[in-house]
Amino acid sequence: MPPDRLEDLLRAAAPQVLGAVVRRYGDFDTCEDAVQEALLAAAQQWPAAGVPENPKSWLITVAARRRIELLRSETARRRREDAVLHEPPPAAATNVDDSLALLFLCCHPALTPSSQVALTLRAVGGLRTAEIARALLVPEATVGQRISRAKQRIRDSGARFTMPPEPERAERLNAVLKVLYLIFNEGYTASSGPSLHRVELSAEAIRLSRQLHARLSQDGEVAGLLALMLLTDARRPARTRPDGGLVPLAAQDRSRWDAAAIAEGTALITATLATARIGPYQLQAAIAAVHDEAADAAGTDWPQILQLYGLLRALAPGPMVTLNRIVAVAMVDGPAAALTELDLAAREPALARHYRVAAVRAHLLEMAGSHEQAREQYRLAARQTLSAPEQRYLESRALALRP
Amino acid sequence: MKYVILIQSNEKSLEVWETLNAEQQMDLGRGHRKLNEEMEAAGVHVASEGLADASLAKWVSVRDGQTIASDGPFAEVKEHLAGFYLIDVEDLEQAIAWAAKVPDAALNQVEVRPVLDMSGWEF
Repeated sequence: MPPDRLEDLLRAAAPQVLGAVVRRYGDFDTCEDAVQEALLAAAQQWPAAGVPENPKSWLITVAARRRIELLRSETARRRREDAVLHEPPPAAATNVDDSLALLFLCCHPALTPSSQVALTLRAVGGLRTAEIARALLVPEATVGQRISRAKQRIRDSGARFTMPPEPERAERLNAVLKVLYLIFNEGYTASSGPSLHRVELSAEAIRLSRQLHARLSQDGEVAGLLALMLLTDARRPARTRPDGGLVPLAAQDRSRWDAAAIAEGTALITATLATARIGPYQLQAAIAAVHDEAADAAGTDWPQILQLYGLLRALAPGPMVTLNRIVAVAMVDGPAAALTELDLAAREPALARHYRVAAVRAHLLEMAGSHEQAREQYRLAARQTLSAPEQRYLESRALALRP
Repeated sequence: MKYVILIQSNEKSLEVWETLNAEQQMDLGRGHRKLNEEMEAAGVHVASEGLADASLAKWVSVRDGQTIASDGPFAEVKEHLAGFYLIDVEDLEQAIAWAAKVPDAALNQVEVRPVLDMSGWEF
């Protein structure tokens, strides 16, 4: 089996194996470590020895054995060993799918966002700590610490390895979607182009969202998030220049967009909007679909985008929604109308100090032909941004408007 | 989000340093070690170093393909970097809370600066 396929097989099996082991023994903390070691053993042994007939059973058996070894090496050895000796042997792989319960546990609200991300990538994504560290651009020890703190918190909170009961399920699902979207965006934040030895976090987020969608296919927001990721990621090949420079949507070479991802995302969001109760991820996906459907920037259906942002503002208001909507206003009603709205919006406390206000104002002023003021605002925005590509882009716009 | 906490050495910090007794100066070093451990345990530590004296610095420039390393113009420089912490936390508020734990913050002041990331928005 080629190394890539072996890796895929192991990563797909990871949450199912962990689910089976945790359900059997209950101690999530040690089970998670044990499964990591079983995955590592498989990655080392299978290329030479061949893939066993039932890979999942093999992994469960090895993980169960490793778990006992891990418990033995702990300080409270004797007492635990006695308990271990009387435990039932691990069950073979069953048809019960625990990966949903696992995902909910890893995204438990008692954890900090960075812990949720690290634990989800390892326990559900089957990634090794070192791979997660490389992807997040932090030291391996730091990720290891986040994972062990997360497990400690789970233990302390008394969280159970079961699906949350109905009243809180919707809220908990929301937390899961937030973590997946965070992982997706982290892929854009941390990566400075494709790297051979680095896991693509956006691809990983899409993979996990697909898994979730396969299990909760009736949920509109799950489908919406998956569609949003597909439709956003489809533009990735065109959104950065080879030197890492940012290409704004209007200037992107649309022939480089991923047509298959766009077709899949558009079909998914279209089918979902027709049946599910509307939600913020679906609306964002719908907006992305309208952008992706346009043959060129001029052909974009801005009135429809403006309408969708209006709905989104009502459903899930926030600074980015406000600003993106104002850009849409400019495209429909012209920059003067948009500037009036921006001045009004900038008085809101949430936007008063938001760094993108200057970037949007610069864009609108440039559209209106006020180049001198636009240049000033571009330079102000360049000083305020926290993103290196944005800073370069904003500086280049300011430079281009130099008289 | 990554933030760097910068500890500068300047006239004011040297003045404060002079007023400390040996034990207090030792405490400062211990405080940094403890803070390092605390950051590691919290899963926020990325890197941290204390820097050697600025008189040991070399100033490097390249002209016509030639590398020139010279002793600094440190006599004119009133302030130089003495050390830094690079941390990865959720937000500025947390970065400030960590900066407040840097022993030097109690004597002088430390600087917290966001690190640029590679994210980018689309119009």
